[in-house]
Amino acid sequence: MDNENKSRAKGSARRQFLADTARMACGVGLLGLGLGFYARHATALPPAAIRPPGALPETEFSGACIRCGMCVRDCPFNILHLAKPEEPMSTGTPYFVARQLPCEMCEDIPCVKACPTGALDHALTDINKAQMGLAVLVDHETCLNFLGLRCDICYRVCPVIDKAITLDPQTNLRTGKHTLFIPVVHSDACTGCGKCEKACPTEIAAIKVFPRYMAKGQLSAHYRLGWVEKEKAGGSLVAPEVEHRYNLPEGMQYEHGKGLSASPPADAVPPAPTFTPLPKALQGDKL
Amino acid sequence: MSSQRPGMEAIAAKGWFAAHRWLILRRTSQIGILLLFLVGPWFGLWIVKGNLNYSYTLNVLPLADPYLLLQALLAGHTPEKLALIGVAIVLLLYLLVGGRTYCSFVCPVNLLTDAANWLRTRLGIKGGAHLSRTTRYWILGMTLVAAALTGTLAWEMFNPVSMLHRGLIFGMGLAWAVLLAIFLFDLFVMRQGWCGHLCPVGAFYSLIGKFAQLRIRLPARDACNDCMDCFAVCPEQQVIRPALKAIKGAPPVILEANCTNCGRCIDVCSKNVFAFGGRTGKSNT
Repeated sequence: MDNENKSRAKGSARRQFLADTARMACGVGLLGLGLGFYARHATALPPAAIRPPGALPETEFSGACIRCGMCVRDCPFNILHLAKPEEPMSTGTPYFVARQLPCEMCEDIPCVKACPTGALDHALTDINKAQMGLAVLVDHETCLNFLGLRCDICYRVCPVIDKAITLDPQTNLRTGKHTLFIPVVHSDACTGCGKCEKACPTEIAAIKVFPRYMAKGQLSAHYRLGWVEKEKAGGSLVAPEVEHRYNLPEGMQYEHGKGLSASPPADAVPPAPTFTPLPKALQGDKL
Repeated sequence: MSSQRPGMEAIAAKGWFAAHRWLILRRTSQIGILLLFLVGPWFGLWIVKGNLNYSYTLNVLPLADPYLLLQALLAGHTPEKLALIGVAIVLLLYLLVGGRTYCSFVCPVNLLTDAANWLRTRLGIKGGAHLSRTTRYWILGMTLVAAALTGTLAWEMFNPVSMLHRGLIFGMGLAWAVLLAIFLFDLFVMRQGWCGHLCPVGAFYSLIGKFAQLRIRLPARDACNDCMDCFAVCPEQQVIRPALKAIKGAPPVILEANCTNCGRCIDVCSKNVFAFGGRTGKSNT
């Protein structure tokens, strides 16, 4: 009888324990689920927020950054902020907004040195190799150079001028006689500092810096660029190249770059062929 | 229980100052540490940079939160040397002085929840929701699992401790809403709800405190007159009884990991039952 009571009490205590445990596990599990989804969502960096130089890819960054703000403190230009809870990225992580204050690209990269966890990768020692983001000339309709003006501001302010942004001449088909100087961003040299976006004089910047994952495309792995392969091989890989023959009216000749012209008299010495470089954008070593 | 507010007997017996000694010290420590962080951004006097997650004092002393670094490790990232040194220093410190000493002498949220508790007592609010004090360990486990599964410091999205501290130093944003919620929760829903039942940061530090050296001892537990004042002021009421009443032959020292070493029991005891001391051996006052 006594034993029976004891074992019954034991059984009910065990049941109570299991019920309590289940309740706690479910309750806290639900909380965790919510927290997990919330955290996963926040790993997609919003387009206007640029991470400091050397930041790991976003998915790693949100696990590595301990939100201490040391980078914010050691930035001599005070461009960095820590994300507030209402902002659409991981709470407390550092970022800057290029249109407000761009990165000044300090040579000693104090923000990276200050990072205690390596969320800003200490392997980055040359600021010109930073890839904070990538500038994109997003709006061809409002870019002043596209409209035919010589604004050139983004090109001039670029800290890696002539490497990250070049001006590539193109024929202005609207006027038929002018040249458009089209700013072209080269992703291998652009650090994403955002100076171009900050300096763009239009009401809303026509050139913007985006996180690289948004701005950069990628070719499929099997793609080969014919002209690159040709250069590597030292000649055409497909077939022997035959010099192109033009079917021209009598007495006319065609020269690449110059166009049609009257043939020189047969007895005149033909001028030595001159090589006119193509506009950079047409040279075919860029995509 | 004495019919007056807890601590009145002690004030009568020892004087006001002696009956508030540890409370004053504690507030001085909490506010002082906060000020050390704030004189940088406020006056350009850079003694301490960073926040409670990681700080760098006078460009020599790194301190890092071990709970956070553990989450980073589980999320798959190994931190740099300075952070590891910082963790080692903090772990050693709290192994000496007791893990949850962080809660009572450093954490800024404690100021908020103590204010809520003070108001709760003043307004005579009683009762409310019941939750086991072990809930915090479940939440602690959940935050670690969340870090491992999402590969992010998921808890940092919500952590009110770092939100308040970071907010004060780097800009608050809407973090005040979370903190207001915690204040109201502690005021109306549950006594010591956040710090005593839910906070995984405190839960983590209590685990360090399991082996901590600095403890509250009860060198004069026989002098106890059962006024219950210590019980009334204690933020972790379950920790006192075993040591005070020698339950199952317990030694006169509070070994419970969740004692925050706040020292308020020392203050309010008119019979000087309590004193700080080592984990083993003699007590000193």
